[in-house]
Amino acid sequence: MLSSAIIVFREVLEAALIIGIIAAATRSLPTRNIWLITGIAAGGIGSMIVASLTGQIAELAEGIGQELFNAGILAVAALMLAWHNIWMARHGIQLARDAKQLGAELVSGGREMSALALVVALAILREGSETALFLYGLLASGDETLFSIIGGGAIGFLLGGLAGFGLYAGFLNIPPRLFFASTSGLILLLAAAMASQVARFLVQADLLPSLANPLWDSTWLLDNGSLTGRLLHTLIGYEAMPSGIQVVFYSTTLILVLTGMRVFRPRARTLSTT
Amino acid sequence: MGKLFILLSLYSFSVFAAENEVALTIRDHRFEPAEVRVPAGQKIKLIVHNQDTTPEEFKSHELNREKLIAPGAKVNIFIGPLNPGRYPFFGEFHEKTARGTVIAE
Repeated sequence: MLSSAIIVFREVLEAALIIGIIAAATRSLPTRNIWLITGIAAGGIGSMIVASLTGQIAELAEGIGQELFNAGILAVAALMLAWHNIWMARHGIQLARDAKQLGAELVSGGREMSALALVVALAILREGSETALFLYGLLASGDETLFSIIGGGAIGFLLGGLAGFGLYAGFLNIPPRLFFASTSGLILLLAAAMASQVARFLVQADLLPSLANPLWDSTWLLDNGSLTGRLLHTLIGYEAMPSGIQVVFYSTTLILVLTGMRVFRPRARTLSTT
Repeated sequence: MGKLFILLSLYSFSVFAAENEVALTIRDHRFEPAEVRVPAGQKIKLIVHNQDTTPEEFKSHELNREKLIAPGAKVNIFIGPLNPGRYPFFGEFHEKTARGTVIAE
């Protein structure tokens, strides 16, 4: 029961933290809940399908199907997060100040929310398919009873979900003045973290050179296997032993998104006239 | 970033030509052999064959790798070039028994 609880907790935690951040960042959008639920449901169903196709996916593209699949999912998610941040830089302030004057489409945030619901679905797809596969393996091996597997899984699921909710609740306590900066800052790091993982999968598939492997080793400071290490790995992309190319992808994403946010940020003058 | 991708991937094809292959087997949730010696400073292709009826996830923080392996499947995992040293890996789904080390020398 313990092993299923621990593994399910780890996987659920990653997805739950991402959902927690997204839920907080979009709290002012009226269609948020329906989109979040859609994303969660789609991710859940998708992860079952992906789990059942693991063998076939791995064999695609001469044995690097899994790497390409993961890199693709992460790249799309990172793009959506980047777009969100640039969109919010442009409309976030307006949204808060004079929502009444904006068009209904913009205020309801349908397009914006659908992009983030996709991120939620993709995060669940990745973590959920691993969880499903692990639980299936546990069941198939017959080492544990069905009751203990379901019980352990439920405990892990609840604890992971609770952690995500805790992050969400913590965000809501941030003073409004700092709220926008903190959510968009964390989403920026999340996008960079995903880009760095894209690089890692492409190196694993032998499609990219690692440049330096590892570029540094900070295991003595914080191990990636520890709980804190895992948390920071998910949230800000911490790697104790990153390859050079990961650092390149990480910093390139940071710079591109920050530049995009700056370029599209409305000037004070245009704000007052719209 | 798309252009960077293509550029870098084209570049990589020309960089790596020869490769060393090392075979690993997963049986009864254990890696065989549990210790693998590889030359340092070269790219290595680990070929991992999961002979169990349950899935496994090959994982290593030190090698910076993770890959799901379906029951009965044989997968390739590219590692290196490595500095001389010990690089532990494990099966995330059976962490107690499925443990091994790559030794680069």
